[in-house]
Amino acid sequence: MRSIERTVALRLRQDRWFHVFGVLCTLLGVATLCALLGSLLLDGLGRIDWSFLSSFPSRRAGQAGILSALVGSLLVMLVTAAVAVPLGIAAGVYLEEYARKNRLTAIVEINIANLAGVPSVIYGLMALGVFVYAFGFGHSILTAGLTLAALILPIVIVATREALRTIPRSIREASYALGATKWETVWHHLLPYSMGGIATGIIIGLSRAIGETAPLVTIGALAYIAFLPDAPFTSEPPFVSFAWLQSDFTVLPMQMFNWVSRPDPAFHANAAATGVVLIAITLSMNALAIFVRYRMRRSIKW
Amino acid sequence: MTQSKEIQPRETPGALASARFGAPAGRPLGDAVSPDAAPAGVDVCESTDAEPRPGPALADVKVQLRNFGFSYGSHRVLKNLNVDFENKKVTALIGPSGCGKTTLLRAFNRMHDLYAGNTYEGEILLLPERINLVGPDVSPTEMRMRLSMVFQKPNPFPKSIFENVAFGLRMRGVKDAAAIRSKVEQSLKDAALWEETKDRLHKPAYDLSGGQQQRLCIARALAVDPEIVLFDEPTSALDPTATLRIEELIESLRSRVTIIIVTHNMQQAQRISDWTGFLYLGEMIEFDRTEKMFTNPGSKLTEQYITGRFG
Repeated sequence: MRSIERTVALRLRQDRWFHVFGVLCTLLGVATLCALLGSLLLDGLGRIDWSFLSSFPSRRAGQAGILSALVGSLLVMLVTAAVAVPLGIAAGVYLEEYARKNRLTAIVEINIANLAGVPSVIYGLMALGVFVYAFGFGHSILTAGLTLAALILPIVIVATREALRTIPRSIREASYALGATKWETVWHHLLPYSMGGIATGIIIGLSRAIGETAPLVTIGALAYIAFLPDAPFTSEPPFVSFAWLQSDFTVLPMQMFNWVSRPDPAFHANAAATGVVLIAITLSMNALAIFVRYRMRRSIKW
Repeated sequence: MTQSKEIQPRETPGALASARFGAPAGRPLGDAVSPDAAPAGVDVCESTDAEPRPGPALADVKVQLRNFGFSYGSHRVLKNLNVDFENKKVTALIGPSGCGKTTLLRAFNRMHDLYAGNTYEGEILLLPERINLVGPDVSPTEMRMRLSMVFQKPNPFPKSIFENVAFGLRMRGVKDAAAIRSKVEQSLKDAALWEETKDRLHKPAYDLSGGQQQRLCIARALAVDPEIVLFDEPTSALDPTATLRIEELIESLRSRVTIIIVTHNMQQAQRISDWTGFLYLGEMIEFDRTEKMFTNPGSKLTEQYITGRFG
């Protein structure tokens, strides 16, 4: 009787120990994030105003702004999304719905999974060799967009496949039984029903891409850009211009990195402010992803 | 009328031949001259000769199994089936779980083509053209355009009620909005769902109850004017009231379209079908008029099954 009490007490103590340990581990993670955000906000929030967002970088820290980096990030993301979204969805649909399950597709699948784990700087090296030198795109918005598209392609493919996999077989069979072809089934049913998951994957991918620095450093992106690329719309026909694709550019993380490496502490405040903007963008993208997923989950339940 | 039809399976081949020529309704011209085209006997399973003999003829055959077999990979699930399904009648397929009845049903609209490693043998001939549904050069999509299927669990698309019914029409290239609207209305009426849905056609189909969803699936299947409607245990996921409504619905479709229904429920087979086939371990043990099957089965195995001795 005594020994049972003792072992129970011992085991309960063990239980409590882990409880405390678990809370500490969790708090450590949250506290790190809070400290990071807090110090960033403390240093940078004061610098953020309209002129900071709408000025070009400058030698004088007080007058410097992130306009070119903001526009650069936006345009690079535009190229990235325009390339990675159709390619990623098409590849995901192919692998999930069309490809016969054999050794070749198994190898392709393993490669795609591995691709997601390749360090981003390696993508930069690949881009330097292929886009900058072989294709002669230079260190342009086009090169940067293509590089980041390659980086997030696996994320989009995997998200597409997972989203398609959640659609029950019975829905596919209902469509085929009504005489739909594979493509009609994909177009009228599978893609619309999996859009929530796919969109989430795209947003997560883009929010990763927008914070990437290493591959862009590798392709030779400039940090100091005091001009905007050509406008994508013109007053003369054909009214759209793609000259901006060839333009030099900078992006938010590059601008931030540049300012951090200056000795003058006034620039460090600029860097912190850029960090705040960057974090605000990624967090709101993630929030959008969560919202999209929530909306889709609510409207479609299998 | 019922009387004369009922004795047909007992008639001799000679008497049959004249009966066949006497009732040419709905038969293709080439049918009578080709010996191969004679309707396969419903009792062929029990005969030893592989050649289809002019067995007890149905007045009007819609689809014919000729030495039909099916395998999932190397597992042969259906063996040497020779059965005629009568046009615009209800044929029930019964048998214990795993006997292959759903497999057979899904062969008609080539659902097995969606998954790798499945093989068909023999023929499923669709009359009057005598197209082999499972022929290697016959497109599954083309065959699915002529048949409809209602699945075990209601599987409406997560779209509006209207779009669910309209989808099959859109797949058939119908563009005219008015034509689609009137066909959707007609189909929902045929499926006894119009009164409940006419005010919310553009609301999600998922808002409907299970029984309503299954009737929606039936409306969807009827909208495309199929020659055959395949029902795969359509009431197994429904409560008794909803089941009754579906059975009434099938009753009302009799004489309009050929119906093949797989059911676990022997009372259901008895209530709604004209013909019943009893499948066991992939073979058609018995195929006969439903009344005969349930009152005076020809095989010991059938009797044991329908009296609940196994399965």
